[in-house]
Amino acid sequence: MRDGIKRAPGYWPRATLFYLYLLFLYGPIIIIVLLSFQADNASLSFPMQGFSLFYFGEVFDPQYIGDFRWPFGRSVILGLISMVLTMGISFLAGLAFRKNFKGNIIVFYVVVASLICPSILISLGIGIGFSNLGLVSQWWSGGLGAHLSWTLPFGVLIMLAVFSRLDPRLEEAARDQGASQWQTLRNVTIPITLPGLVGVALFGFTLSYDEYPRISNVAGEDNSLPVELVNALSLAATPTIYAIGTMTTLFSLTIIFSTFLVVYFMAKRRQGLGLKKAKAEG
Amino acid sequence: MAGLTAIFNRYSTLFQISPLVITLTLFLVGPVIVIIILSLWKFDGFMTLEGVWTFRNYEKIFTRSLTVTNYLQTGKMLLITLVVTFVLGFTLAYFLVFDLVKLRTKMLLFLLCVVPFWTSAVIRTVAWMPFLGTEGIINQAVVGIGLSDEPLKFLLFSEFAVLLSYIQIFTLFMMAPLFNVMARINKDLIEAARDNGASSIQILWNIILPLCKPGIAIGTIFVIALVASDFTTIRILSGSQVGTVAASMANQIYNVQYPPAAATAMILLLAVLLLVGGIMRLVDVRRQL
Repeated sequence: MRDGIKRAPGYWPRATLFYLYLLFLYGPIIIIVLLSFQADNASLSFPMQGFSLFYFGEVFDPQYIGDFRWPFGRSVILGLISMVLTMGISFLAGLAFRKNFKGNIIVFYVVVASLICPSILISLGIGIGFSNLGLVSQWWSGGLGAHLSWTLPFGVLIMLAVFSRLDPRLEEAARDQGASQWQTLRNVTIPITLPGLVGVALFGFTLSYDEYPRISNVAGEDNSLPVELVNALSLAATPTIYAIGTMTTLFSLTIIFSTFLVVYFMAKRRQGLGLKKAKAEG
Repeated sequence: MAGLTAIFNRYSTLFQISPLVITLTLFLVGPVIVIIILSLWKFDGFMTLEGVWTFRNYEKIFTRSLTVTNYLQTGKMLLITLVVTFVLGFTLAYFLVFDLVKLRTKMLLFLLCVVPFWTSAVIRTVAWMPFLGTEGIINQAVVGIGLSDEPLKFLLFSEFAVLLSYIQIFTLFMMAPLFNVMARINKDLIEAARDNGASSIQILWNIILPLCKPGIAIGTIFVIALVASDFTTIRILSGSQVGTVAASMANQIYNVQYPPAAATAMILLLAVLLLVGGIMRLVDVRRQL
């Protein structure tokens, strides 16, 4: 036995189940990545017909099921705006929640409601609301709002968790040393909560970039990528869809892993700084 | 300037919470109010008569037999998804927390489980097609081995396909909160129980499960909300064959029957709020953050 560890009874069945679940989780997506590299006139399943980048070319061919470059660009912009707004709004709200302001319970329940509210209700409500005001909802107006109703609950709940683990004595110490409120925020609170804020950024961007149900009725004439994808699906299921799937998944994975790396190095650096200081002082 | 700072300090909490309150008022409370108004407007079968108030849309919901069918379908899928994601999510979290020793391995495998959460739900759903179709991988295998002469038709465009996709994705919403509460269980507690002669099953039943309650509650809230509001998976993987409440509402919206759809949405929202509210009364979710 490795490391001489005595395995608890039931270890192997549980381990097997775990790895089978990972296969179940990743299997389908790996298959469509493989299938997207087929040659012209391919089938929708195995066996693979040849090997080429044909369907990746189709993605950018406006003659075919539509040009996906613009929806992709819009989704990235929308994701970035959602990310910045989610970070800012959630951080400020987190600061307020620490002070247990009057009505904090109500705001907390509204945040939870935003998370569990049926997506299609929000989508229809924003759409009808806009049209009754004589406006047409676009991806950057009603669409952005719909996305925020989904990203904000995650952002606020993460910030609540981050602040509940933050030792207020650190900030008190800074104030005792004569730091102004702004200096305390800038040099103590923000640096300590930064890994949490990066997490909020990850949620803000990816949840917005991938969102379909909430924006489905309010994207306006110019669709976001998920809306365009679902529309294309109802027209024709071809390996082109797999090619888009491959590309957008790769994009998501790049974002996720860069975020992990950033958080990892931030933690490393902090540890290093602490050690250096301890050495200098000791 | 000093005056401004004083004003800012006096009202700093207000400044800090306002952006959240304003955004959620505009894009959550606002839409809900719009839906309430819309659900009370008359719909003559083709057109919405704005400003003509009626309870007819709600009456229809409570008198149609389709409503019962839709809610039974939703309830059935919710129940199956809850049971399977709980058993699966609990076992996976248990494996990560209690079976693995190295913290690094634990975190790595945990992250591997949650990464798909940050990728496109539409693509993850589409990815089931080459597996489940009549020409798909499973059917090629089934026919190839000789288990069946004809490809199995129930795999794709069926309730089965939708449930498979729910379980694939929603398990991580159950697993993550369970992992969180299990990781906080004091290992000495389990040691003490074992020293006193408790069996593994007794430890599981009398120590681990009760301490997991908050995690189970949060996971259940997630799964309820996700299953109740899903219509995308149903559209893609069942070809709209499965009639849940959200799916029938999506159809009404597609057919521009807005007032009936709004009434359906309100009742669904109330049902979800009642279920989630009940769970939140049992467990203080906010203390778990």
